[in-house]
Amino acid sequence: MVQYPTARLDASFAALSDATRRGVLEQLGRADASITDLAEKFHMTLTGMKKHVSVLEQAGLVTTEKVGRVRTCKLGPRRLAEETAWIEAYRQLWASRFDELDKVVEELKQKEKADGRKRRG
Amino acid sequence: MDAKGEGDPTSGKNRTTVERKSERELVVTRTFNAPARIVFEAWSKPELFKRWWVPKSMGMSLLSCEMDVRVGGKYRLVFGVGGSKVMEVFGKYIEVTPHSRLVWTNEEGDEGGAITTLTFEEMGGQTLLVKHDLYPSKEALDGELASGAADGMPEQLDQLDEFLVTLGGSLGR
Repeated sequence: MVQYPTARLDASFAALSDATRRGVLEQLGRADASITDLAEKFHMTLTGMKKHVSVLEQAGLVTTEKVGRVRTCKLGPRRLAEETAWIEAYRQLWASRFDELDKVVEELKQKEKADGRKRRG
Repeated sequence: MDAKGEGDPTSGKNRTTVERKSERELVVTRTFNAPARIVFEAWSKPELFKRWWVPKSMGMSLLSCEMDVRVGGKYRLVFGVGGSKVMEVFGKYIEVTPHSRLVWTNEEGDEGGAITTLTFEEMGGQTLLVKHDLYPSKEALDGELASGAADGMPEQLDQLDEFLVTLGGSLGR
């Protein structure tokens, strides 16, 4: 298993624990946006949105760039690669476990059917 | 995640999903093509449980599997590689409602582990299984995620990781 840097994961999961911030990431996945755009879209004050963006920025999920008077936000280069990889490995573990469980379940189903026939017979 | 993980109509396998619901919660879901009583049975009888808990591809085995499935009853799973013990997990059942709900503790960690709640919801002959892990703190779940010690089974995930590597990116990519 790849060892993921704990501090970075802490920061990114903390950043992701908020619905607005997850929404901002989804939004930025579709297109870059200015803080003003984002504030409008999420019905929020400029200050409120700045705070959210700064949390995302510190977690490395978003980068911002000031051009003239407008600050443009875009997804960070790493996106959620590490988090996704962990979740995917964990999902694979459970998926293979459950595929085995399917076999046991299928056998129990057959047995139940056979027992039912015997009782009726 | 990508479309590759969706339920596969040719193999008939159902989709397993994992979601971090909050700072302290991790949730796994899966549907089984059988009534709840059967899925529940596979989780609560050791002779059945040990046939599927460790996927064959992982090279580990359950050396022993004790499960006393009743409120206050204990479980202990001992894992081994080639007959020698590598780790064990244990805890006790705090809720047992046949065919619909199982709750147990995971006590092998240092400062108390997650509480696992399993629910079995039957709908039209199928059973939706939801496994919900509630960690004692945000740090505990973060630690779990960061260490790769998923489900207290670092070795298992190591092997899973190797397994995925041997699949050479043909899976889930």
